[in-house]
Amino acid sequence: MARIEVNLWSGLRRLADGQQVVTVEATTVGEMLDALVAAHPALGPLLQAGVSVAIDGEITNGRHLPVTPENEVFLMQRLKGG
Amino acid sequence: MAKDEFKEFKLVGTRPNRPDGLDKVTGRARYGADISAPGMLFAAVVRSPHAHARIVSIDTSKAMALDGVKAVITRADFPTGLTGEDWDLQENTMAGERALYDGHAVAAVAATSALLAQDAARLIKVEYEVLPHVTDVDEAIKPDAPVIRQGAADATVPEGSPPNVVRYMEFGHGDTDAGFAKADLVMEKTYKTEATHQGYIEPHACLGQLGEDGKGEMWVCTQGQWYIRKMCTAVLGLETSQLRVTPSEIGGGFGGKTTIFMEPLSLALSRKAGGRPVKLVMSRAEVLRATGPTASASMDVKIGMTKDGSITAATAEFRMQGGAFPGAPVDMALYCAFAPYKLPAVHHVGYDVLANRPKCAAYRAPGSPMGAFAVESLVDEMCRELALDPMEVRLKNAVRSGDASSYGPKFGSIGLIETLEATKAHPNLSAPLGPNQGRGIAAGYWFNHGGETSVSMAISEDGTAQVSVGTPDIGGSRASIALMTAETLGIPYEDVRVNVVETGALGVNEPTHGSRATFASGKAAVEAAEAAIKEMCRRAAAEWGIEPEAVEWVDGAAQPAGPNAGKFPPMTIAEIAGKMGSTGGPISGHHESVPGGVGASFGAHVVDVEVDPETGRTTILRYLVVQDAGRAIHPSYVEGQYQGGAAQGIGWALNEEYVYDKDGRLLNPVFLDYRVPVASDLPMIDTVIVEVPNPGHPYGVRGVGETGITPPLPAIANAIHAATGARLRHLPMSPPKVLAAIKALKG
Repeated sequence: MARIEVNLWSGLRRLADGQQVVTVEATTVGEMLDALVAAHPALGPLLQAGVSVAIDGEITNGRHLPVTPENEVFLMQRLKGG
Repeated sequence: MAKDEFKEFKLVGTRPNRPDGLDKVTGRARYGADISAPGMLFAAVVRSPHAHARIVSIDTSKAMALDGVKAVITRADFPTGLTGEDWDLQENTMAGERALYDGHAVAAVAATSALLAQDAARLIKVEYEVLPHVTDVDEAIKPDAPVIRQGAADATVPEGSPPNVVRYMEFGHGDTDAGFAKADLVMEKTYKTEATHQGYIEPHACLGQLGEDGKGEMWVCTQGQWYIRKMCTAVLGLETSQLRVTPSEIGGGFGGKTTIFMEPLSLALSRKAGGRPVKLVMSRAEVLRATGPTASASMDVKIGMTKDGSITAATAEFRMQGGAFPGAPVDMALYCAFAPYKLPAVHHVGYDVLANRPKCAAYRAPGSPMGAFAVESLVDEMCRELALDPMEVRLKNAVRSGDASSYGPKFGSIGLIETLEATKAHPNLSAPLGPNQGRGIAAGYWFNHGGETSVSMAISEDGTAQVSVGTPDIGGSRASIALMTAETLGIPYEDVRVNVVETGALGVNEPTHGSRATFASGKAAVEAAEAAIKEMCRRAAAEWGIEPEAVEWVDGAAQPAGPNAGKFPPMTIAEIAGKMGSTGGPISGHHESVPGGVGASFGAHVVDVEVDPETGRTTILRYLVVQDAGRAIHPSYVEGQYQGGAAQGIGWALNEEYVYDKDGRLLNPVFLDYRVPVASDLPMIDTVIVEVPNPGHPYGVRGVGETGITPPLPAIANAIHAATGARLRHLPMSPPKVLAAIKALKG
């Protein structure tokens, strides 16, 4: 399985053993989020409450979307509009 | 200026009359309060007169004794055990143990007339124990502030934080200390903005009906019927699919109608009144006291700049209160604040703070105007200190496609440079200025959004088409979606009808928010039309006895794709539709997705003001909005969005604010005292539509509804400074504040 680097916003760092970039094995956004929680359970409530994921600059909530090691991946607070 | 990489279109980019225009100018359109039903009851709500109080008791006996009163409800009539956002929604709909702000609902009554319901509401006796309160964000974040709600903080909040901090965030990149060390000038200032209301003309209104069997209906003024369904059923413990929600026409929303405030009350009253429908219409005072304004903000910003205008580093700490519940848009404010700039080092810190005010709701680019006010004001201050042209400094530091954003991810296709260049070239920048006049510029940003989207399109027997969408039309989306559908099908604009439908008619749709309706529903409508075209080509192929792949769709008709496919005259959509019953049945297309390819939008505003040195009154002389629309499907509605954002921003900058007395009661809950701009306050607002097509949309669309409210706050502050020499860092810049600032300058 591919190893994905996930950039956390640094407020999450202390919930992820001090890391701001976490590497997990995943092929989709959903697998990536699940792997993050498995590695760092303290992230669970926040990820479950809803986050947005930026893949190569595109912000998405889609768990089914593929991710590869070449993608730039950022976790962001869930976006809302007015 | 305009960069158009797409082919020319027949309909996209034209300005036909809006399909709902006649209904709206003749009164035929049905808004929230226009709906009625046989046997209907009318509701009134009892609201707390205290900013923070324990509810000791509620006596409803005198109200219930009135002839014609059919139901009274309190929190005891709602299910228990809700958690998270569902609990927040329920608690905000009807107070439980404590009233958390002036105007918080504590009981509601349904009666056979509106007057009777109001009389009955006045007979409901509520005993309160008044508690200490706090309404200002800088006071609310103090460690010894009155505690609004223990245990509301989420896991992001560090231990030992003040009790009203409920969310904490921090993000950035680069070495800010090293960046500031490289700067020739480092400035740090504090800025404050006050809460403002979306100010929609139509107050909230709904008609709810709910039977003992848990089946119900609602007709409601909303930006999102599926959100109403989800939230009402969560608050009342109902099964989602048993509530059918029909949206009315809507007299403005701007984000304030993406959530619920009083809608569950009509359903709960209906259930208690034996299933009779209950109508609930808010007064303007109720709207201002108890529906979502935006947050108020207190912001520290620090920027380092070299003599040639390069920004070397930046930091921001934002504190925002969004009322008595979590949800102030401090995250969005921070994401957007520095978004126009390519920064080698930047660090952001944000606090979401509770206060005894109504629960905030989204308001057009939630958070972004506050962030822009702080950052764009400070950039202007630094340009003046270093004697630099603020437009050139923005161009020098502007982000381009592929640059890392201030919040981390790289930008895709964006048009900030094109927007700034178009602004620079506009004649407004060289118009002469007189005494006491000044010019300000500012940039702004919004992400835009895709969201859950479901669209169905059906071909009628005569070859016309109807499109069912789940996104209420707030800014002309019916016209834009009809244009895109007609363009795709190759039929006249007038042959497409776009219907905003109820929750039983489509899959789930997010509301019209995030500048998504024309982008997402439009993209889905194009996909649905393409599906129908594929089916129509298949039917023509069957008729001709050739392969479907040998048929193409041109100008509203199927035709053989080339000489080898056979020689048949084109078969028009009307001909194919006319015999659909005998060729396989109805022809339709549908599309369900969370559309990707969302294109972000940047804007730049230029404003000229004149400030009366005797009174401090600011007059807007001239206003220019320049913004990247990707592709303007219906340019008039794009211009309308630009002008609307600027008008609301002018109100936010100059006059609008919630004024509370020492007891935490709102002093200005009517439009006479809460002053939104009227026509005489506004000049002609000039617009320039920049078109850097969004590659993620078949017609290049970027959402345009929100970016336009982000630059007005700082642009006007910068203009007032240019006119007077006084820098105002606390909105609104009302005449007394401006006058005081001018006097302070004179010593």
